[in-house]
Amino acid sequence: MKNPSIDTHPPADEVAQEPLLVVDNLHVEFATRQGVVRAVNGVSYTVNAGESLAVLGESGSGKSVTAQAIMGILDMPPARIPKGEVRFRGTDVLQLSEQARGQIRGQRIAMIFQDALSALNPVFTVGWQIGEMFRVHRGMSRRDANNKAVELMDRVRIPAARQRVNDYPHQFSGGMRQRIMIAMAIALDPEVLIADEPTTALDVTVQAQIMDLLAELQRESNMGLILITHDLGVVADVADKIAVMYAGRIVEHALVHDIYKNPAHPYSKGLLDSIPRVDMKGQELYAIKGLPPNLLNMPPGCAFHPRCPYGRPNCVTDVPPLYEISGTRGSACHYYREVLDGTVQ
Amino acid sequence: MAPSSERILEVRDLVKHFALTQGIVLKRQIGAIKAVDGVSFDLHRGETLGIVGESGCGKSTLAKLLMALERPTSGEVKINGIDMAKAHGGELKRMRRNIQMVMQDPYTSLNPRMTVGDIIGEPYEIHSEVAPKGDRRKKVQELLEVVGLNPEHINRYPHQFSGGQRQRIGIARGLALQPEIIICDEPVSALDVSIQAQVMNLLEKLQNEFNLAYIFIAHDLSVVRHISDRVAVMYLGKIVELGQDAAIYERSSHPYTQALLSAVPVPDPEGREQRERIILQGDPPSPADPPSGCRFRTRCWKAQDICAQQEPLLEIRAGGHYSACHFAEEHDVLHV
Repeated sequence: MKNPSIDTHPPADEVAQEPLLVVDNLHVEFATRQGVVRAVNGVSYTVNAGESLAVLGESGSGKSVTAQAIMGILDMPPARIPKGEVRFRGTDVLQLSEQARGQIRGQRIAMIFQDALSALNPVFTVGWQIGEMFRVHRGMSRRDANNKAVELMDRVRIPAARQRVNDYPHQFSGGMRQRIMIAMAIALDPEVLIADEPTTALDVTVQAQIMDLLAELQRESNMGLILITHDLGVVADVADKIAVMYAGRIVEHALVHDIYKNPAHPYSKGLLDSIPRVDMKGQELYAIKGLPPNLLNMPPGCAFHPRCPYGRPNCVTDVPPLYEISGTRGSACHYYREVLDGTVQ
Repeated sequence: MAPSSERILEVRDLVKHFALTQGIVLKRQIGAIKAVDGVSFDLHRGETLGIVGESGCGKSTLAKLLMALERPTSGEVKINGIDMAKAHGGELKRMRRNIQMVMQDPYTSLNPRMTVGDIIGEPYEIHSEVAPKGDRRKKVQELLEVVGLNPEHINRYPHQFSGGQRQRIGIARGLALQPEIIICDEPVSALDVSIQAQVMNLLEKLQNEFNLAYIFIAHDLSVVRHISDRVAVMYLGKIVELGQDAAIYERSSHPYTQALLSAVPVPDPEGREQRERIILQGDPPSPADPPSGCRFRTRCWKAQDICAQQEPLLEIRAGGHYSACHFAEEHDVLHV
């Protein structure tokens, strides 16, 4: 059964009006024994077809929880989505039935996880696991699904795919396992691909191979890519735009060239300043003082104010909204103009 | 403080092979994992030697050998002129005091059932000559202060601290016996980006304060460059290039180093389309069965017949520093 509003071929004008994926004022909270943890507090972003959005943040900033809410793979309870919308081609997927979401998940929005070894099932061959996509969603026979799996393994450039299709995950190296994850994710030609720290567990030379592959696949099929990462280098290499998250909120969003040239939020500025640079050798690195906040006990006002070098009295009392700087740029800092000009004290 | 020319650690032709055996009762050796296969370098007082390489290249085995946690198959590790591999008993114990380690993961390397005071003070149980019993609490509190923690938190448990603070506890433990050499095995890779800089600054401050020599093992090349005086690049159990940091990063002559440098994402989107990228094919070969001749030749774009027949030695080649490639050619990949 297909939901008519998420038909594969929407009228052209509808595509033009609504971006591919819109996350709008999303809130996610978890009920824990210690109290309610507000992991995501009003996150909004959009992804268009063929576009790469990088979501940057430290552990606990809510970047992965947002992705899991989009995919609909949060355990509810303990998680709860009190507010917000996730619109995929104009339809709020949070309101859909579980059956209708199953039609989207994996087929139209797919996800790659950080640790391929624990994301793959160790007791089934990789061919079986890739083929599962076709057997379950497309009703293919085992043989056809297996052939499709070989094709996909070729597409993600696994050498000797035909011979290796019946191997188990442990027989592959880390980089090859990540390729298998990618093969599963792109199996049904999804329109949005969410990659959650896809290269964090890999070596740099293998990381370069995987990022290259992702970029090429994206170009071929014009997917929207959401890249979740904490690595400022990876972002600069592949992303078109970026959303910086801190304590469950987006503190700055911008085109990638703008933010590296001139960040508009003290947190993004601090992160960029703390990267070791050649001309800074032997000098002390800039370090953001203090620690990320405890989500159970968030500071009042701006969540970053205890660590902010520019904090002023009203930062402690007023939560800064996401100020719009231009059509493509926003910053959740009361004093973003001064941060941008470099005149902030 | 600038590193002196006094050699504090000398490593010569260090080899560690792990036997691969078959059979349960009658074990037969069928091969060996050549984890470290002929590594030589010196470390001077107050100097930082960075070691970079991918997983499986033998960095961590090297660290264990230097700590005398593993016995080498052959080769020498000399600390202040005395060979640690031949030392036993009391002599080995005294040498071990002089070389300490900071571990990668501050979540698993601290015992959750011990208080911070017990963790940092534990080295004194073994080396009781460093601090007499009555003195220990005061010493531990001093150490906490040195690494930027509150001395009053001596009775807290590790779970009451954040990742960055735990790494400081690990560093304090490493400092307890006043060693001259500290081996840092990926000390910041488990930490959040905003915390990494804090720990890096602490390590540099301590080096200046106590004139420590560091062996700094990491896979993040920009972090290594920031802290290191010299850098060694390892591939499959061997050092393929060794030199001053600027030599390695700006005038690297080994193809593997060049590929490694070009693969590191640069945190600046300007000109990213024009940036030179050398993408290596495949994965590193197994250290149980390394290729003949040059070990990198199976992934190298310069490989010729000689590379399969003759192993290139680590000697001074193009660029004026040590490089182990027959076709060493100076090349600035980063253009900085």
